[in-house]
Amino acid sequence: MSANSWTIAAARDALRKGEISAVDLTMSCLTAIDAGDGLNAFVHKTPEIALEQARAADARIAAGDVPAMCGIPLGIKDLFCTRGVPSQAASNILKGFRPEYESTVTSKLFDAGAVMLGKLNMDEFAMGSSNETSCYGNAVNPWQRKGSNVQLTPGGSSGGSAAAVAADLCLAATGTDTGGSIRQPAAFTGIVGIKPTYGRVSRWGIVAFASSLDQAGPMTKSVRDAAIMLGAMAGHDPKDSTSADIPVPDFEAALTGDIRGKVIGIPKEYRMDGMPEEIEALWTRGVEMLRDAGAEVRDISLPHTKYALPAYYVIAPAEASSNLARYDGVRYGHRAKLAQGDGITEMYEKTRAEGFGPEVQRRVMVGTYVLSAGFYDAYYNRARKVRALIKRDFETVFADGVDAILTPATPSAAFGLGEMADADPVKMYLNDVFTVTVNLAGLPGVAVPVGLDAQGLPLGLQLIGRPWEEAALLNYAHVLESRAGFVAKAEKWW
Amino acid sequence: MAIDIDTARKVAKLARIRVEEADLPKLAGQLSGILGFMEELNEVDVTGVEPMTSVTPMRLKRRADVVTDGNIQAEVLKNAPDAREGFFAVPKVVE
Repeated sequence: MSANSWTIAAARDALRKGEISAVDLTMSCLTAIDAGDGLNAFVHKTPEIALEQARAADARIAAGDVPAMCGIPLGIKDLFCTRGVPSQAASNILKGFRPEYESTVTSKLFDAGAVMLGKLNMDEFAMGSSNETSCYGNAVNPWQRKGSNVQLTPGGSSGGSAAAVAADLCLAATGTDTGGSIRQPAAFTGIVGIKPTYGRVSRWGIVAFASSLDQAGPMTKSVRDAAIMLGAMAGHDPKDSTSADIPVPDFEAALTGDIRGKVIGIPKEYRMDGMPEEIEALWTRGVEMLRDAGAEVRDISLPHTKYALPAYYVIAPAEASSNLARYDGVRYGHRAKLAQGDGITEMYEKTRAEGFGPEVQRRVMVGTYVLSAGFYDAYYNRARKVRALIKRDFETVFADGVDAILTPATPSAAFGLGEMADADPVKMYLNDVFTVTVNLAGLPGVAVPVGLDAQGLPLGLQLIGRPWEEAALLNYAHVLESRAGFVAKAEKWW
Repeated sequence: MAIDIDTARKVAKLARIRVEEADLPKLAGQLSGILGFMEELNEVDVTGVEPMTSVTPMRLKRRADVVTDGNIQAEVLKNAPDAREGFFAVPKVVE
């Protein structure tokens, strides 16, 4: 098994024992990346940086200073600002932008010795569920339906991260999740993805979409890897006023596999009309696995679940319209060519029309509308009240003794690229139906691969935890992972 | 609530995104569809509920009101599409 297919945990142990060098490990990923261009996952490759960081990691290892992420080659979502390296959120409006600074998350990973292989494809400004809104073109799922060569979406918005990890182009990747953008692509590609509690990971230097919902997290090949990498990403940052000043526990040490007596809630509102039988069956299997491991499974109700999507699609565009106001052609990125006599308003309007793709334009305009005079109360304030009720639903079940909640991660397996092209935008939004509640309530949620559908595509389940209890949540996920024994890999066609 | 073409034009203007006249009907239709979906929120009884303002109940940290950086004009202007003589350059603003 070549080194690019290793887990972080396996690579860490091999590096510490001197069985492989960080440079060799990095080279095996760089080779896989060049052979993986058909997946369109890496959109800016940074082999020189990677090798320089790998050499530095080898020097640290030789000196006996080996943090867990030292020498681990990663892919970085294009949403993270990386100094001197294109960071354009998959948007033409940031074409040519090279930040003069480093995001807190990438700084922390680099301080821990991690290696950056390059920047990863995503939906433009993280707005999308299929990676089809990217200015770089679609990222492609390494998985295909049995006996078919139809190209499937890796999900979105962290589609390039999911494809790269699932295809072993890197050991792990960073993702961000505003409504499901880590968990849905993880489920579509058979990998693990965790969205931490809001405030666990600094948002500084990550291109903002919806600031009250955005959180970064790891996308990995195993729950253990998610625990290791989250530990390196998390922590208080004075540069993000919403980042929590609380200690970061040892997430890996929490993976004891012992969940006896823990209470797992099964919310009846997540049993949707028209949900495929395979998803239903997978969910039932997940319940059995946790019960077999000694957990108490309890039916619960989260009565406002149905209103999460419409509330999200008011709040997220409202925040986006405000956050994206900064792309005006003045300080960075694209500026439209102007006609004789054009003033500053024409410059703004032409620049934004050329620079933003259709989905981003739509969301900015929806956000503008719901925040405009006369509609602010009817839409935005009402949505924020509904959001308070959704959060209260969770607080109530947690107060009643529920430790974590088990749900499906997605309403379907990965769908074909282009299949939703003519669909109503709202139909695409339904992909987030099981994941948005978690962002609205600020909770941690993790997607774990549990099985394959009849067509041979991965399906995942989601576990939702109490705020700040990622350690316990990862332990439940670890139990699910061990009992499911998901080891399938995409058959290489690329 | 259906968005008519005039409203779509106005929203595009407020958002500072140029939309050609020919594209306004399609945009109005899509915005109407999305806003129609949001109408479901009207079913919820929100009497006495305060709008959620912060995700985690915590007091924002304060820091001393002092200058912590500066003298980085070159870095600030580095990515500007048009920077001249130490400034961002834009088309004429005042007639």
